[in-house]
Amino acid sequence: MECSGILFIFADLQGLREDDILPKAATSRKPEKRANLTSAKGNGKASKGTATSAAFRDVEEAIKEYEDRKASQLRAIKTTDKKVLREMLYQMVLGRHFEEKCAEVYRMGKIGGFCHLYIGQEAIGVGSMTALEPSDMVITSYRDHVQAMVKGLSPESVMAELYGKEGGCVKGKGGSMHMFSKEHEFFGGHGIVGGQIGVATGMAYAAKYKNTGQVVLCFFGEAAVNQGIFHESLNMAELWGLPCIYICENNRYGMGTSQERAMSASSIARKAGSYEMANEFVDGMDVMAVRAATLRAIERARNESRPTLLEIRAYRYMGHSMSDPGNYRTREEIQKYQERDPIVLFKDSLKEAKVLSDKDFEQIEREAIEATDRALKFADESPFPDESELLTDVYA
Amino acid sequence: MATLTIRDALNQALREELIRDENVFIMGEEVAEYDGAYKVTRGLWKEFGDKRVVDAPITELGFAGLGVGAAMAGLRPVIEFMTWNFSILAADQIINHAAKMLYMSGGEFNIPIVFRGPNGSAFQVSSQHSQALEALYANFPGLKVVMPSNAADAKGLLKSAIRDDNPVIFMEQERMYGMKGEVPEDDDFTIPLGVADVKREGTDCTIVARSMTVPMALDAAEKIREQFDVSVEVVDPRTIKPLDIDTIANSVRKTNRLVIVEESHAFASVGAEISHQIMETAFDHLDAPVKRISTAETPMPYAKNLEAAALPSVDKIIAAVKEVCYL
Repeated sequence: MECSGILFIFADLQGLREDDILPKAATSRKPEKRANLTSAKGNGKASKGTATSAAFRDVEEAIKEYEDRKASQLRAIKTTDKKVLREMLYQMVLGRHFEEKCAEVYRMGKIGGFCHLYIGQEAIGVGSMTALEPSDMVITSYRDHVQAMVKGLSPESVMAELYGKEGGCVKGKGGSMHMFSKEHEFFGGHGIVGGQIGVATGMAYAAKYKNTGQVVLCFFGEAAVNQGIFHESLNMAELWGLPCIYICENNRYGMGTSQERAMSASSIARKAGSYEMANEFVDGMDVMAVRAATLRAIERARNESRPTLLEIRAYRYMGHSMSDPGNYRTREEIQKYQERDPIVLFKDSLKEAKVLSDKDFEQIEREAIEATDRALKFADESPFPDESELLTDVYA
Repeated sequence: MATLTIRDALNQALREELIRDENVFIMGEEVAEYDGAYKVTRGLWKEFGDKRVVDAPITELGFAGLGVGAAMAGLRPVIEFMTWNFSILAADQIINHAAKMLYMSGGEFNIPIVFRGPNGSAFQVSSQHSQALEALYANFPGLKVVMPSNAADAKGLLKSAIRDDNPVIFMEQERMYGMKGEVPEDDDFTIPLGVADVKREGTDCTIVARSMTVPMALDAAEKIREQFDVSVEVVDPRTIKPLDIDTIANSVRKTNRLVIVEESHAFASVGAEISHQIMETAFDHLDAPVKRISTAETPMPYAKNLEAAALPSVDKIIAAVKEVCYL
């Protein structure tokens, strides 16, 4: 077993400093956190003030490093196939358009129940999943529309599922939170926070057992890290050397509770150290950094049959779900993050690298809009499931 | 036929299915090197090795979840809970994941998994180790629930459970592991899930019993015949879900009286469900109200006499039969 110092493949690979992810000094931070805990709850204004101060510190630093980050993205772009880059941008733009439309039709009452949007986090799903082989397995939480499409499900089948229609990928039985496709090795959207981490571990166990060479990508939010299943699963995965890549999409908020109000430690990546598991902290606004980190983890999984924990930090622009008014944070905070939007950054880099032009961007936008429109039309026209479907698929 | 304990019958079933299908593997606490906390998996690790018989850390939610994912990806896991009491830690994976996966994936992903272990009371192991949880799991569509009461059923039903394409809750009873019975020696001997068995034929009163209460009911039936010349029929559903209500209803139509004996608590129990279904299907055939014998509505006490007082017993069954027969 390697020592944990080697296992911490830290931010120097991404041009990030440890300061971005670790508290300045534990001693100075503790009292601040306590004050936060005692003063914030139930008081909207106080909560906003305290929640943003720490978040701003991160953002200000991140913006300062924007140009550095762009430089590293440019370097990565130069070594990546143009077709892949175009597809990555297309998937990000499609994901953005698709989710914006979801919000629109949700407000019109066409989508029911819960609806968790991915806007702002596209670089994570796209950067990681476009590094996979088609035969690799993916499983995620309830924020699953975009992951499903990147894994190959048609926008039509995802939108129709959101509409609860027969043409949906699971025939209208799952809805927003439960997209699945065996054909595309997409093992679902799951609705219990952290539950899919255990299931992913078993999928990786099966891949190793049957020696299929597949790896598993498992997505979850940072709030899932506080669940027991996260720790139980990581322990077994490292103990038994399972080819599973655990991707914590740290979007800063578990529903309305910021990470600093819910987690005693600020580094999620470092929690892997408790299990002597390889880990990285990744900037989730940089799609090329996500891709690079995932490729390293894939190699480790495929060649050494060893798991990795990636903490990929992003920021959720929208509420937790469509019913979330977002009173726990300011508009200003959201805007700060939007200034360094992952799609804007990627486009700027692609343009500077002369890989794609404004004309290409227009074409990609058009394709994404058309694909979303086709999905909406298909969902509208697809019939509701026959009532005879009620009692099918209960038992195999 | 061979004479085997229930423990060895279960062991044979596991061994034969491990040989038959290389996608079958066993995982649980102490199932491998220790040979099983109750020795149900004795010798299997030595024969099949680390890959097929796996000692898990004490991490019930974790290895239940691992089993669900492995089943989704094409394996047929047999997950042992040292006792069903510990399955409560894993309930999220059993109830929220295994039971619902096929439905919420629109039929795409079935979960061929067996969760097994001893259920109910043991020998003075007190409140947290004496629970009969079949009603809990039987409440969820998507799960099957199986409870054998003798060696042959244990073997035949476990083999069927492992071959089944659904999540199966397989509940044994620690007090019964040493009970002996005749078991067919055919490697392909199975008993279909969802089929009840009439363990003793009779004409005057039906007792529906399962797991540990079946031998009690048979004992009570014999004593009642000797003492009162009353002929008792004993029906064992064997599978709680799907429930073979037809066999039970046919028996009630013949005897016109029903006593249900179960080790679980009475409130919202499987017995309550059977009683309701009999009311629906055989109401006009009943000559007396349905009587239930269940475990007292209390956590299980430790003291030997209190434990015995809490549990069903032969005497309690005899008293119940006398009551419905107006003796």
